[in-house]
Amino acid sequence: MTAHALIFYFLSTITILSSIMVISTKNTVHAVFFLILDFVSISALFIMIGAEFVGMILLIVYVGAVAVLFLFVVMMLEGNFIKIKQSFLQYLPFGFFIGVVILLELVLIIGSWQYRPEFIKTAKISYNANETNTEQIGKLIYTDFFLPFQLSGIVLLVAMIGAILLTFRRRDNVKRQDILKQSSREREDSIVLVDVESNKGVKVND
Amino acid sequence: MIEITLVHYLFLSAIIFTLGVFGIFVNRKNVIVILMSIELILLSVNVNLVAFSVYLQNITGQIFALFILTVAAAEAAIGLAILVVFFRNRGSIQVEDINSMKG
Repeated sequence: MTAHALIFYFLSTITILSSIMVISTKNTVHAVFFLILDFVSISALFIMIGAEFVGMILLIVYVGAVAVLFLFVVMMLEGNFIKIKQSFLQYLPFGFFIGVVILLELVLIIGSWQYRPEFIKTAKISYNANETNTEQIGKLIYTDFFLPFQLSGIVLLVAMIGAILLTFRRRDNVKRQDILKQSSREREDSIVLVDVESNKGVKVND
Repeated sequence: MIEITLVHYLFLSAIIFTLGVFGIFVNRKNVIVILMSIELILLSVNVNLVAFSVYLQNITGQIFALFILTVAAAEAAIGLAILVVFFRNRGSIQVEDINSMKG
C-alpha cells in the first residue's frame, strides 16, 4: 500500500510539473515534449490502478499519434517567425484569477463530495475479477456500446476527411495524372502524319 | 495520506484541468499551445472517468474514456489542419495576429 501511494505521488507530481511546463515554457517544441511526459505519466497511473487497456491506448493514441502530429506542425510552422510579443504579463492576472476560481470550485466540490450510500448498490456492476480489463471492455463495447463505438469511428473518418480537405492545395506547375484526360485521348489529337521531303526536313513546333 | 483513494485522483484531475484552463487564458504566444491546453483538459476528464470507473468497479467509465480519446484525436487533427491553412494564408499563428473576425 505504501509503494502504491509513493508511486502515485511520484507520478502525479511529474504530471503536474510537466503540465505547468507545457503552459509556461517559451519553446513550443519543449512544450510538446512536456505534453508527451504528461501523457506517459498519466498512462502509467492508469495502468497502476488497473485500467490497463485505457492506459495503453492513451500511450498509443496520444504519444504515438497526437503528440507526433503536434511536433510535426510545430516544427513546420515554428521556424518561420522569431518575433514573440512579450504580452504574457498582460493576461496573467486575469488568467490567474480564473484559474484560482476554477480550482477552488473543483476543490470545494471534491472536498464536500460523498458517496450516496445506496449508489454502489444501484450502479450496475459490470466488473468481474476473473476477467482481464481488456476482456471486460471488449465484452461491453461490442454489445451495449456498439452504436457509440461505430459512431466514434465515423467521427474519426469525418476528422480525417476534414483534415485532408483543409490542407489540400492544388499547386500550379505540378504535373498530375488525369485519368479521364488520358483515356479520352484520341489518335488524331496526338499524332500528326507529315510527308517529309528529302533534304528539307520538317519544322517542329512543339 | 498513505491510502490512495478516489479523492486523490479527483484532486489530480482538478489540478490538471485548472492548469489547462489557465494555459488557455495566459498563453498569448501561439495557437498550438492553446490546443495543447485543450488536450490537457481532455486528459484530466479522462483521469476523472477512469478513476471513478475503477473505484466504483464499473467498466463503463473506461469505455467513455475511450470515446473522449477518439474525440480528442479528431479535434487535434482538425485543429492542426486549420492552423496549417491559417498559417499558409496569413503567415503567422500568434494569438495577437488572429483578429480578422474582430471578435
